[in-house]
Amino acid sequence: MPAALRAIEPAVEASPARPVLHARGVAKRFSNGTLAVTGVDLDLRAGEFVSLLGPSGCGKSTLLRLIAGLGEASAGRIDWPTTDHDSHGRPMRDVGFVFQEATLMPWATAQRNVMLPLILKRVPAKEAAARADAALEAVGLGSFLQAYPRELSGGMKMRVSIARALVTRPRLLLMDEPFAALDEITRQKLNDDLLALWARQRFTVLFVTHSVFESVYLSQRIVVMAARPGRVIADVATDAPFPRDASFRISPEYAAACRTVSAKLHEAIVS
Amino acid sequence: MTAIVKSHAGDGTDADALAPIVEQRRWLGLTVTTWQKILAPVAIGLLVLGLWELIVWKMAVPYYILPGPWRILQALVTDWKSLSGSLWITLQITGLALLAAVVLGALLSILFTQSKWLEMSLFPYAVILQVTPIVAIAPLIIIWVNDTLVSLLICAWIVAFFPILSNTILGLNSADHNLVNLFQLYGANRWQTLRYLRLPAALPYFLGGLRISGGLALIGAVVAEFVAGSGGTASGLAFRILEAGYQLKIPRMFAALVMVSGTGVLIFLVLSLVSYLLLRRWHESAVRREN
Repeated sequence: MPAALRAIEPAVEASPARPVLHARGVAKRFSNGTLAVTGVDLDLRAGEFVSLLGPSGCGKSTLLRLIAGLGEASAGRIDWPTTDHDSHGRPMRDVGFVFQEATLMPWATAQRNVMLPLILKRVPAKEAAARADAALEAVGLGSFLQAYPRELSGGMKMRVSIARALVTRPRLLLMDEPFAALDEITRQKLNDDLLALWARQRFTVLFVTHSVFESVYLSQRIVVMAARPGRVIADVATDAPFPRDASFRISPEYAAACRTVSAKLHEAIVS
Repeated sequence: MTAIVKSHAGDGTDADALAPIVEQRRWLGLTVTTWQKILAPVAIGLLVLGLWELIVWKMAVPYYILPGPWRILQALVTDWKSLSGSLWITLQITGLALLAAVVLGALLSILFTQSKWLEMSLFPYAVILQVTPIVAIAPLIIIWVNDTLVSLLICAWIVAFFPILSNTILGLNSADHNLVNLFQLYGANRWQTLRYLRLPAALPYFLGGLRISGGLALIGAVVAEFVAGSGGTASGLAFRILEAGYQLKIPRMFAALVMVSGTGVLIFLVLSLVSYLLLRRWHESAVRREN
């Protein structure tokens, strides 16, 4: 049982996978004086599935936005060691982003919504459409290409959003509590489908959630954050093998991992 | 792969996304609800017209005080030639004023949202232009501008311009904040953000402004002509109303009035149709719901 789970503080294990992201001492203070996150160290390696877990207000979303480049860190640095940089020395971040809401353009079909990142990158329309169709096919919406968002259910909209994030084949997929607003059954279904996509395409995932169960089920590593000020207090690895399915949810490893992570999260809340 | 493709079938939530469409019974291509919507106001209208005719006839009201609907219809038919010429003039002024309001309103609102400075320095003057009663400045404009048609056009434009400007600015600024972030994330430039995000987001607001402006352009054209009060070869409906009033040809006056109102209704219907056709696939306002 202890082999199923071990806390790494700090992560020292030499991994053969290429590093994708190094964050060191990252802090963000908003203009109203609130210190949203402070002293965050985070490493992501290619192909990893990492969850950011913490109570609300612990700065998980803020950290995710900083990594996406939506806002500047007040202190510390976020490096992209294996990413090309433009002529100004800025990293050419190669990320996909999934918001808590599906955030689709209501005036555009599913296909047009998924084509958007490619159109913005000036990919020819014909090629963009073909790639959008393939991405929608991959999330199980192959027969809904011409549907408008209002014609889709909450779960389907979220699938479109995931297809849009993956259509550029990003190296890093950032997800900000994407399934929090969905019902339990739809959420579990989307969890499984996300893992299947990840197993096939091997992108790197940083997944923000406030659900212990979701983080344990999905990820290889769980970074636990505490609030006020937002900071990382634990980095927990789960060894359970992939692919994971419903049987994992009732396994002793799952229960043990949930207990350990819950304990860490409790520390995060009382600390 | 197959596991994922199958997913939406066994999901339960996805399957009922497309609610079954309940087909209503149709008659001559229109549903019962549509017929009700058309017939109810028509019935009320006929009832009121009938009462009007009855009262005028029973109380023997002289036609130069209040003509009955039948007399007005007669005037409409006999004077159709001169009235329709005037209608055409009024329609031209209204249409051109609306066109200018759309072009300038849309262009200015795009400029304003691109530069906060421009908006801060110019928007107050647009408000001043809007709140100053058109009847009060129309005489000045008519004095300053030699050509009567052009001066009427300017008056109608002033009235019609503001709703389009203010609504479109509101629309351009109300794009979903997360979508704005998404565009930023993919390195979209100003032009791309405008074209793919802000303009489509502003469309429903713009169309709302357009429907208001359509009616206002007509009112502006009529009011300005009243103020101008000039006749001549190119006179619109407003002058026909004035003229008939002076000559105590009251049925003719009513006929011109009916044409002005009819034109207003027609403009509103046409613009509503345009709005519906552009928004029906996606916007809440144009989407029919079954609850």
